[in-house]
Amino acid sequence: MLKKEDIIHIAELARIGLKEEEIEKYQRELSLILDYFKKLELVNTDKIDSIGHITGEHSVIRDDVVIDCKEDIRMGIINNFPDKKDNQAKVKSIL
Amino acid sequence: MIRELHEKLKNGEINSVDLTKKYFDEIELKDKNILAYLTLHKELALNAAQEIDKKIQVGEDFDLLGGIPMALKDNMCVMGGRTTAASKILDNYIAPYDATVVKKLREKGAIILGKTNMDEFAMGSSTENSAYQKTRNPHDLNRVPGGSSGGSAAAVVSDMAVYALGSDTGGSVRQPASFCGAVGLKPTYGRVSRHGLLAMASSFDQIGPIAKSVEDAAIVLSRIAGRDLKDATSAKSGGKFYEDYLTGNIKGMKIGVPKEYFGDGLSDEIKNISFAALEKFKKLGAELVEINIPHNEYALPIYYITVPSEVSSNMARFDGIRYGLSIDDQEKSKIGAGKLLETYLDTREIGFGPEVKRRIMLGTYALSAGYYDAYYKKAQKVRRLLRQDFEKAFEKVDLIFSPTAPEPAFKIGEKTTDLLQMYLSDIYTVTANLVGVPAISFPIGEVERESKKLPIGGQLMGRWFGEEELLNAAHTFELN
Repeated sequence: MLKKEDIIHIAELARIGLKEEEIEKYQRELSLILDYFKKLELVNTDKIDSIGHITGEHSVIRDDVVIDCKEDIRMGIINNFPDKKDNQAKVKSIL
Repeated sequence: MIRELHEKLKNGEINSVDLTKKYFDEIELKDKNILAYLTLHKELALNAAQEIDKKIQVGEDFDLLGGIPMALKDNMCVMGGRTTAASKILDNYIAPYDATVVKKLREKGAIILGKTNMDEFAMGSSTENSAYQKTRNPHDLNRVPGGSSGGSAAAVVSDMAVYALGSDTGGSVRQPASFCGAVGLKPTYGRVSRHGLLAMASSFDQIGPIAKSVEDAAIVLSRIAGRDLKDATSAKSGGKFYEDYLTGNIKGMKIGVPKEYFGDGLSDEIKNISFAALEKFKKLGAELVEINIPHNEYALPIYYITVPSEVSSNMARFDGIRYGLSIDDQEKSKIGAGKLLETYLDTREIGFGPEVKRRIMLGTYALSAGYYDAYYKKAQKVRRLLRQDFEKAFEKVDLIFSPTAPEPAFKIGEKTTDLLQMYLSDIYTVTANLVGVPAISFPIGEVERESKKLPIGGQLMGRWFGEEELLNAAHTFELN
């Protein structure tokens, strides 16, 4: 069972605000699912590499050229900024 | 159905504007009970219909999808239109560009009626995780349509769209198709560009059609498939028209029946319907071959480690800075109002629903220092073993058959409190995403519950990039 501190730590890493009363719920739910994962420990994977691209295809590569963003797309992006100044996204102070 | 409508449009029996209006009338009439749509694009749809009508009138050639009304799951971007992924965090998001599939459909003259409901960010198996509404199964309004593309499936079977697009990460196209009695196709990973699809788990996600017939699904796939420079994982399609491969002949085709899929966990009811379907394939000339998928029992555990891991990474973009909801609750701030971290915490706490948070937390844990090897890396190793099982199986057989889901549509609220029960609903479908193969769900029978008939879907999986054989087998089944 995950400890209370584990949940607080995970939520902080995940950048999700947490209410006190939610901690126990997450302890219960996440532990239940993690227990279910335990089954994987039974599989011997000593000489097995973890898988990369699932179909074995190669990535699409293109020349590194600048493609201009059309004005309507640019304005569409800017209009979605929750907070902006002079058509630039405004970010709160970090410290 | 698409071909039929195309002929009628071509010979002037109907026009696209009237057809589009007819579909909006159906939506007006039925959707207050079914709740399949989140947003309608009336103006956009009617303008597009007018344009295609003009073309038809002057005798210009037009594509099979030209003038035909369809629906899009609300996790695909339509430029200038609201795209929410059924999440409050994107309640006010207006897509600034078209998804590649949308661009392709528009070029063919397809009519986009609107955006359909889904589980929030496609995380769920019943569409109950939508932050907006619970879509109903048209066969019984007390039951779920399946998920996560529940709105798309419900819209198609209740004649509120000719066809729809959904996205499938672990069964989200096939399971709702099964629950609603439609055809649902998950293409091979990489077959269809994911550009403009709001990402859930990037090594799993594929866009696929939900339609009334296998032929319709094939027609749609031909028009959305292909390599795209904006999706580095997309594969060449070679401009194939999949509908041309529907010969109605499957003589000599080998269909694998995995022992593991028909074990104790499956009810006699679904087992019998599945065996009857297999008998039918046999009568049509296919050969049934018993096979083994030894690592099958690990499919769900692998899925529920790797998917949340990718989810936790993909969802990091919802930070309250670049788009969507942004909250900085000054009053209850623990860190200090006006600080960036506070914006992150508040926005994500309020913007995401319970299942999304749960998966982000789970994935964050599985990827965190000290646990990465034990969870994520281990799962990716077993995922390779599972893929090897499929490579071996496809040396012996051409296709693999199973039920799509272990049960018919369940009741609204029946599984919302039991997480693992809800996850088990995907037991037959997650594997195709884990190994990347194409898979289709198509109706194979029905069961009765409280004097209502509920559809049951069968699933065929095919070889990587082998959609032709897969579609032809399902098509041949459907014809007979």
